[in-house]
Amino acid sequence: MSTSSTGGPAAKTTRVPGSGATGARTTRTFEFAPGEVDRDDPLHGELMELNMGPQHPATHGVLRIKVVLDGEHMVEVEPDVGYLHRGKEKTCESLGWRKFFVHTDRLDYLQPLMNNCAYALALEKLGAVPVPERGQTIRVLLMELSRVMAHLIYLGTTSIDLGAVTMFFFTFSERERIYTLLDAYTGHRMNNTYIRIGGVYADVEPAVERDIRAWLDQFPAKIDEFEKMLTGNRIWFDRNRNIGSLTPEMCKAWSLSGPNLRASGVEWDLRKKQPYSGYEHYDFEVPIGTIGDCYDRYAVRIEEMRQSVRICQQALDRLEKSRGGEFLSDDRRYVLPPRGRVQTSMEELIHQFKIVTDMALPKGEAYHAVESSKGELGFFVASDGTSHPLRCHIRAPGLMNVQAIPVLAEGRLFSDMVSIIGSLDFVMGEVDR
Amino acid sequence: MSTQERVVAALAGIQHSLQQPRDGGLSIEIEASVVPQALAALRDRAAFDTNVFVTAIDRFPAEPRFTVCYAFLSTTHNDRVRVQARIPGEKPHIATITHLWPGTAYSERECFDMFGIVFDGHTGLKRLLMPQGYDHFPLRKEFPHQGIEPDRLYREWDQRRRERSPLRSESEA
Repeated sequence: MSTSSTGGPAAKTTRVPGSGATGARTTRTFEFAPGEVDRDDPLHGELMELNMGPQHPATHGVLRIKVVLDGEHMVEVEPDVGYLHRGKEKTCESLGWRKFFVHTDRLDYLQPLMNNCAYALALEKLGAVPVPERGQTIRVLLMELSRVMAHLIYLGTTSIDLGAVTMFFFTFSERERIYTLLDAYTGHRMNNTYIRIGGVYADVEPAVERDIRAWLDQFPAKIDEFEKMLTGNRIWFDRNRNIGSLTPEMCKAWSLSGPNLRASGVEWDLRKKQPYSGYEHYDFEVPIGTIGDCYDRYAVRIEEMRQSVRICQQALDRLEKSRGGEFLSDDRRYVLPPRGRVQTSMEELIHQFKIVTDMALPKGEAYHAVESSKGELGFFVASDGTSHPLRCHIRAPGLMNVQAIPVLAEGRLFSDMVSIIGSLDFVMGEVDR
Repeated sequence: MSTQERVVAALAGIQHSLQQPRDGGLSIEIEASVVPQALAALRDRAAFDTNVFVTAIDRFPAEPRFTVCYAFLSTTHNDRVRVQARIPGEKPHIATITHLWPGTAYSERECFDMFGIVFDGHTGLKRLLMPQGYDHFPLRKEFPHQGIEPDRLYREWDQRRRERSPLRSESEA
């Protein structure tokens, strides 16, 4: 298993003048002074300002990047975000705790169930709601499937940007199969909203479990196929190796987390370090890289998909053992009663009415973070004891990844920008919220 | 040494009070004026190497109105701490911590964008998510939940454009 980027052809290192690849970022100011510039120098002439995005296919969403170019070299890079800002945090304040679940799906729309889980876990922490074991296991299964889905998108879009067009179809056909599985379970391909406070909305049918297992059995061979296409590929290697290197110290200073941090050699995974939803009971490994370049980030994500498959298989084993068990808490302060009982019991009808109209969470603050495919996805929720939140802050890992683009890109060739954007991996729905 | 002991030892000489948040985590409240030195102490003496987020809570109509919240993570000790400082609603401002953690630059910009809190010493403090030249602070409690009708925004923008460009207003006059 290739947990780091050892092996493969030796990289050709090109020393770029003023490269920001190692060491702290220095702020450079470039003032155009006509007398100083040698206009006959074909490589270093006038600075050119180039606008990349917001509708550029390689920016993975509506991200605009202002690049100041000196010939082929980027001397100044400034991301401009906010084109997809929909005011999700304000929406949470106006809708109330429960109705915001559907909006969390639309944050990182490549992994809606992961966002649901993160939000639910934060609310459960605030309300001290226990989750039954089977509910936790289903959540783990869904979160790991989400991680694979998001990593597949990373792999497909990054490789299509770097010229490996076939990969895009390979990864999307696999992703489509996960969609079909989720469709069978939740009834939706995207935007599932299947997590509730206290568990999940419905149990997994044995037939769906069988389908997921069948998919899991064939998926590792597909990952090998992806690797065959890319890992030793000369073009892929040259366009990713030694590009956008990050030291562990830089990662921490720039708040990077998740695969980007692990690629730099920091063994930091919230699933291991601060386990939630029973991750401490699963046997899996945390892949780490060595020098934190684009290639390491790729290698880490590939290995994470393999580990996710392992976790999913263990989760399915656990589901088999706990079949028929509770998957949703019966805490009637926050959890809707089953439909059948609402129609026969006055008590349950009152509970349902209270939860739908004004479900209040106790006064106080809580923060919960999960290891999403992009990094640490956290919800900081503050309640004043009423049915509407005082504040719901979404700690989006993608925003930090966008922030790191200038750190990695400045001083490098413009063509490296595509690798850097792809390997940092962000989704604008989450960045802009 | 527990997280709390480590944090309290690091903050020796700086006035702070421990809070009991609902999630059982560690949260401390400090004066807004001592934010840079207290957070520098947390970074250097208590090994909180990563900033998780910087945000604010609007407690309108309570005064002091805004609570600026910082969350930190220590990857060496595997623990977290939240720091809060309250600032008044009139011309809210607080010192930046971008010199300690460069990664807080976007978080502080977002906080300024959404609440209008000025981070003194921030070198690139401008709006992050809302368009430049936008006049309102959306996460303040007085900002209407239904938003502001586009017509009014266009009028405001148009007005400002006219003021900026004498050429345009002449041709229109």
